[in-house]
Amino acid sequence: MAKAATNVRIAVIGGGISGLMATLKICEAGGEVDLFSYCPPKRSHSLCAQGGMNACMDTKGEGDTTYTHFDDTVYGGDFLADQVAVKGMCEAAPGIVEMFDRMGVPFTRTAEGVLDLRNFGGQKKKRTVFAGSTTGQQLLYALDEQVRKWETKGKVHPYIFWEFIKIIKNKNGVCRGMVAQNMNSMEIKAFREDCVILATGGPGQIFGLCTASTICNGSAVGAVYQQGARIGNPEFIQIHPTAIPGTDKNRLMSEACRGEGGRIWVYKDGKPWYFLEEKYPDYGNLVPRDIASREIYDVCVNQGLGVDGENKVYLDLSHIPADYLEKKLGGILEMYSEFMGQDPRKVPMLIYPSVHYSMGGIWVDREHNTNIPGLMASGECDYQYHGANRLGANSLLSAAYSGTVVGPVSMAWAGKCAKLKELEEWKAKKDHGESLMPAQEKALEGIDALRQELGADLTDGELEAARKECADEFEHIIAMNGKENAHELHQELGRLMNKYVTIERVNKDLDFCFDEVKKILARWNDIGLTDHGHWANQEALFVRQLRNMILYALVITKAARMRDESRGAHFKREFPNRDDEHFMKITIADFDPKTEEPIISYEDFDHSLIKPRARTYGSK
Amino acid sequence: MAEQKMVTFIIERQDGPDAKPYTEEFDVPYRPALNVVAALMEIQKNPVTRDGKRVAPVVWECNCLEKVCGACMMVINGQAKQACCALVEDLEQPIHLAPARTFPVIRDLLIDRTVMFESLKKIQGWINVDGSWKVHEAPRQNPNTAATAYEISHCMTCGCCMEACPNVGPQSDFIGPAPVVQAYLFNINPLGEYDKPKRLEALMQKGGITSCGNSQNCVRACPKNIKLTTYLAQLNRDVNIQAIKNIFNN
Repeated sequence: MAKAATNVRIAVIGGGISGLMATLKICEAGGEVDLFSYCPPKRSHSLCAQGGMNACMDTKGEGDTTYTHFDDTVYGGDFLADQVAVKGMCEAAPGIVEMFDRMGVPFTRTAEGVLDLRNFGGQKKKRTVFAGSTTGQQLLYALDEQVRKWETKGKVHPYIFWEFIKIIKNKNGVCRGMVAQNMNSMEIKAFREDCVILATGGPGQIFGLCTASTICNGSAVGAVYQQGARIGNPEFIQIHPTAIPGTDKNRLMSEACRGEGGRIWVYKDGKPWYFLEEKYPDYGNLVPRDIASREIYDVCVNQGLGVDGENKVYLDLSHIPADYLEKKLGGILEMYSEFMGQDPRKVPMLIYPSVHYSMGGIWVDREHNTNIPGLMASGECDYQYHGANRLGANSLLSAAYSGTVVGPVSMAWAGKCAKLKELEEWKAKKDHGESLMPAQEKALEGIDALRQELGADLTDGELEAARKECADEFEHIIAMNGKENAHELHQELGRLMNKYVTIERVNKDLDFCFDEVKKILARWNDIGLTDHGHWANQEALFVRQLRNMILYALVITKAARMRDESRGAHFKREFPNRDDEHFMKITIADFDPKTEEPIISYEDFDHSLIKPRARTYGSK
Repeated sequence: MAEQKMVTFIIERQDGPDAKPYTEEFDVPYRPALNVVAALMEIQKNPVTRDGKRVAPVVWECNCLEKVCGACMMVINGQAKQACCALVEDLEQPIHLAPARTFPVIRDLLIDRTVMFESLKKIQGWINVDGSWKVHEAPRQNPNTAATAYEISHCMTCGCCMEACPNVGPQSDFIGPAPVVQAYLFNINPLGEYDKPKRLEALMQKGGITSCGNSQNCVRACPKNIKLTTYLAQLNRDVNIQAIKNIFNN
C-alpha cells in the first residue's frame, strides 16, 4: 500500500457505485473523504442496473477471452472509444468481480457454487455475472457497506442530502474546493478540498421520461461545464430498446430478458414476426441496444406494425419455464406485474424504447482528470469507455472500474498538495534564517514547479466569496415571482428532447429544437415559486438544477446537429453511413459565457489497437 | 368528451420538525396506472388545493420509482408502503397520505431515517475484507445459501417494517426488524461468518433482538417479501446459542 498521506481531504460528489468505489480506494490509501450525496448512498441510481456486469470469467467452456470482451466493446461502441482505456477496463474486470464476490455480493451461482454467467447484447459468449435481476442494487449495497465501515473509522464524512453547487478554483485555475447546500436546512457552505471527484451519474432527466431516477438530472455536469469543464461526445445518448412506457417514468425491462431467451415480435400479416431474429441471425434478439431500438422504432413508426397500432412491441418470455424465470429474473418480473397488472410468465410484455444512458459526459483523460486541474470525474457522468454506444452490462463495470482508477489518481494529486504544504513550511523557515537539512534544501528546488501546478490553498476570503455568490444566487431564486412553473417547464424540455434528439435525428428538426430550448432558457427567468421558504425547499433546488439541465440540453442538441454521420446511437437518415474520414473524432463542447451556447470542436483519440471495420452485426 | 375523472388526496402536511401538522386536500386528474408519486408530481406542477388556494408544493422523497431505492415510503391509507408502486386504482378514495411518524418528520411527507443506517453500524453490517485490492480468490458458496442471502439483500432500508412494528418507537429502544435481519445476511456469508459472534453480541445488547415482541407485523409490511420473522427466529436461536457459549467461555 501507498504510504499514508496526512491530512488529505478529497470531496467525492455522488454515492453511487463509482463514487463509493473511489471513496473506498481513497480511504484504503490513507485519505479522508467528504462524501456528498442527494440521498443516502444506498438509494443511488446505480441500484436500477438490473442485468449484470461483464467480465471474462470463462467458466462456461466457451473459451472467452478478455480480448474478445475488449473487441466486442470497441465494435459495440462503433469505434469511438479510446481503445487503450477500454482495454484497461476489460482486463481489470475479472478482478473487480472477485472483489465484489469477497465483499459478499449475493451473485447467482451454479450448482457447483461458482458465479453463473448469462448472455448479453452484442456478445456471443456468456460473459455477464449477475445477482438475479438486481445486480446494480447488490453491487451498490456491497460498496455502501464497506464505506460504512470506513465511516465508523472516521475516514468518511458523509454529507447526505447535500447538493453540490459548484467548484471553487484558486488564482491558478486549479480546483481546490467546492460549494454545497444542505437540502433541508438550506445552509450553503464552502469546502476547502485537495481535489474534487464528480461521480454524479447521468443526465436522463433532461429528457423528462427516461429510465433514470429523478435524481439523475445532469445538473452537476451542467454546473462545472459553465465553469470551464469540457464535455465529450454529448450527442451519444443510449436509447434502451425494452422499457415499460409510463407517464411518470419509463421503467427498464432488463436486457437480461433477452439474454435468458426472451424474444421480440409483432404481428405481421396475422402471424408473429420475430424481426430481429430474421434480420440479424447471428445475434438475434441480442443485437446491441442502438440497433434493437432503431429496428423497433422502424417497425412501429415507419411500418405501423406496433401492437394495437401503438408504439409498443412484444417482449416475450412466456415460452420459458416459470421456475427458471423466477431464479434468473425474479425481481423485474414482479415489477412488471405490479405496474402493468399482467404476469409476464404467462403473457408477452409490452415494451418500447426509452432514453436510458449517456455515453457522453465530462471529458476526462485515461486517469479521469478533467481539463480543470484538481477536478476529476468518474462513472456515467464522464465520457470514457463506451464510444457511440454502450454494451449492456458494461455500465456497472465502467462505474466500478473508473472508481478504482480515479481514487488512487486523486490520492496522488492530494499527495502533491501535501508535499507543497511541507515545502512552503521549509521555505518559510529558510526565509526566517533557519538552516535546513541538505535533503530539504534539495527538495526546495521543486517548489516553483509545484506552485505553478497547484497554486495556493483557498483563502478564507476566497471560500467566503464563493459561498456568498451561491447564497445570493439562491436568494434570487427563492424570490422569483414570474409566471412559469419550473416543473411544467421541465416537462416541455423533456418532450422536445425526446421528440427530436433520440433515435432518429434530422438536421432541420435539431435546429428547431435548439431554438426552442433557448426559448425555454429565456423563460427560466420568468419562473415563479410558490414556496419562498428557507426549510426543505425542494422547489427552489429544482429551479437551480433546471437551469443547468437546459444548458446541458443545448450541448446535446448542438453536438447532435453538428455530427453529420450515423454512428452507434447517433443516427441521421440524411447521413446513413459512418464517416470515419470526418467524424472518427471525439466531440468536445466548451461553454461560451457570452452566448450561453456550446462551442463544438473535434479531437483525435487513440484507436490504434483495433482497426475500424464495418459494424453490421451480420445484418441480412 | 367524457368529464375528466379526478382523484382526491388528503395529505397530512407539516412545515417543519416542530410545527403542528395540518391537512390539505388536492384533486389530481385520473389516468390509467397513476401512482401516488406521479400524483404528487402533478401537484408540484399546479400546487392548488381543492378550495382553490395556491400553496407550497408537497415535499417528499423519491428516486427510482421502481421499488428498489426505498426512498418514497409513506403512510398511504393507514399503511406504510412505497408510494411509487401504490396504484391509485388499487386504493380506496379519497387517498390519505401521511409521513411515517416512527421517524422524525422533516417536512410534509419527508422523514429522517438516519437511525436505520446508524443501526447498520451497530450490527456491523459488512464483510470485513482486508481491502479492495487483490487478496485471494473468493470462496465458493452453496448456491442455496447464496439464494437466501440474495433474498435478504433486497432490503432497501425503506422503513415499512419499522413503521409497522409496535416495538419500534419512543417507548422502546428496539433497533427494528430490518437492521436486525441484516445481521443474518452477513452471518451466513463464508467470510462474514468470522464476525458472527460479534454481531450476535451486538444483538444481545439493549435494543437488540430481545426487544422484538414477535408481533409479526414486519413480515406483512415488507414490500420485498423478505421472510423477516423466519430470520428473526433463526437469529434468536443463534443469539441463545451464543449466550450459552459465552457462559462456558467465561
